[in-house]
Amino acid sequence: MSQTPKSRVVSAVLTKDLRIEARSRVVTNQVLPFAGLIMIMFAFALDNDDVLQRVAGGLIWLATIFSLFVIVQRSFAIDTSDSALDSLRVAGIDLSAVFLGKAIALTLQLIALDVVLIAAAFLLYQVHVSAGGLVLLVTCVICATTGLGFVGTLYGGLTAGTTGRETLLPLLLLPVVAPVLIAATRATEAAFGSGGAATSEGWAWVGLLTIFAAVFGIGGSLAFGPLIDE
Amino acid sequence: MQNAGFIFASYGLTIGAILLFAVVTLRRAKESAKLVEDKYKPWI
Amino acid sequence: MSQSTQKFSSTGTQASRVIGVLAIVVMAWVVISGLVFTPADVVQGESVRIMYVHVPSAWIAYLAFIVTAIASSFYIFAKRHSLGFDRVAGASAEVGVMFMAITLITGSLWGRLTWGEFWQWDPRLTTTTFLFVTYIGYLAVRRLDGSIEQRARRSGVIALLAVLEIPLVHFSVVFWRSLHQRATILDPNGDVKMDGLMLFTLFSGVVAFTLVFAWLVLHRQRTMLLSDLSNERGLDNAILARQNESVSN
Repeated sequence: MSQTPKSRVVSAVLTKDLRIEARSRVVTNQVLPFAGLIMIMFAFALDNDDVLQRVAGGLIWLATIFSLFVIVQRSFAIDTSDSALDSLRVAGIDLSAVFLGKAIALTLQLIALDVVLIAAAFLLYQVHVSAGGLVLLVTCVICATTGLGFVGTLYGGLTAGTTGRETLLPLLLLPVVAPVLIAATRATEAAFGSGGAATSEGWAWVGLLTIFAAVFGIGGSLAFGPLIDE
Repeated sequence: MQNAGFIFASYGLTIGAILLFAVVTLRRAKESAKLVEDKYKPWI
Repeated sequence: MSQSTQKFSSTGTQASRVIGVLAIVVMAWVVISGLVFTPADVVQGESVRIMYVHVPSAWIAYLAFIVTAIASSFYIFAKRHSLGFDRVAGASAEVGVMFMAITLITGSLWGRLTWGEFWQWDPRLTTTTFLFVTYIGYLAVRRLDGSIEQRARRSGVIALLAVLEIPLVHFSVVFWRSLHQRATILDPNGDVKMDGLMLFTLFSGVVAFTLVFAWLVLHRQRTMLLSDLSNERGLDNAILARQNESVSN
């Protein structure tokens, strides 16, 4: 019996998840408006243009993390209905490849989400960005969403199909994503120049984001298999 | 003693929490112990 | 097989009774010494007495989580996957959560007395809180439906991921707080000048709390074994319990 090469599994799972999203449009039609609405509600609550401009970085990543729960649960709901995940397991497929495929799909959806959120910040919170800041911002988004993608897939897999997962997933994820929230916010603030932060400070935080992504990328691919196995 | 309230509260909370945990555990132990014969209990 | 000769002893053994008695004795000494014998601090006054319950509590809370992590790795990586390790991990986490709650509350009261604030976002306090929430999540995962092996595997993975995650949280918060050039990390423990008796009482506190920890984990993991066994044996136990009742009546 020949083993399916890992890259084939990864791209198969990745395209499956993205194709399901393209057809059902749950993220585009529900999550993105939800996230945009959060950005508007922040403005109602904080009610001060200077404050909003200064905390815009934090608000973007808060909205990202709140939306993360919904996207992750969606990502695994499609696998646990009709026991698709069980079929994958029984078929003897390398589960770390499944992990990677799902994580990349999740990351790509998060990037799309962040594009919308950053656009909202430009429009609603009057933030500005220089050329150097823009490079920092793009790198920050890529590194942060990669980390969130790994962590979301890992804990999403753990809670998939269990009762009470809607509340258990946030409880498990929030402590874990705290470093991403801190680092991504500081890097974004540096990119926007909020509170006088220099762009150079932001790159140290991007370093932390990269470490986070590496740790959970490796840890996640090792742990995902045992977690899903019955 | 100044600030006696906070100090006694701290000591009281600490001892109280430990006692509560101990009592609940021992009570559960007695109930569960009735359901399993001694030969299955490795500490006996 | 005669039902009347079967015994149903509880989780106590001679060893656990010795540990229990020692724990009570040393703890009593710590309380009396902490409240009466030790002097008040030059700077803080009487509020330093909270240190004798707060600091040992914090140490033992961290010890408990280390025990959970080590026990979890033994369960996952050893070939035999012995469930005894899972039970120790679970029991230790429960006790650890309790001590962590004590740590946070007593620390909060102490901070309020010495610095006027119930809370600060310094790295140690923040990381401790995240550790606390992480282990509440760990305990929630242990409560999910599934077999005992599933429980062991899921929570074991969570415990090991926590070993990766907590340092990351700590470093992030350290860098984050270092941005704000705070003059002092407000730590009530930091500027206490300790004389001999104070140090000895603190040391006794650590010994007492360790004994309490050992006693609680011992009983809790034995109880866990009992409930795991009885859950697995389902109907048999209902019958056994009824027979047991009629024998003792």
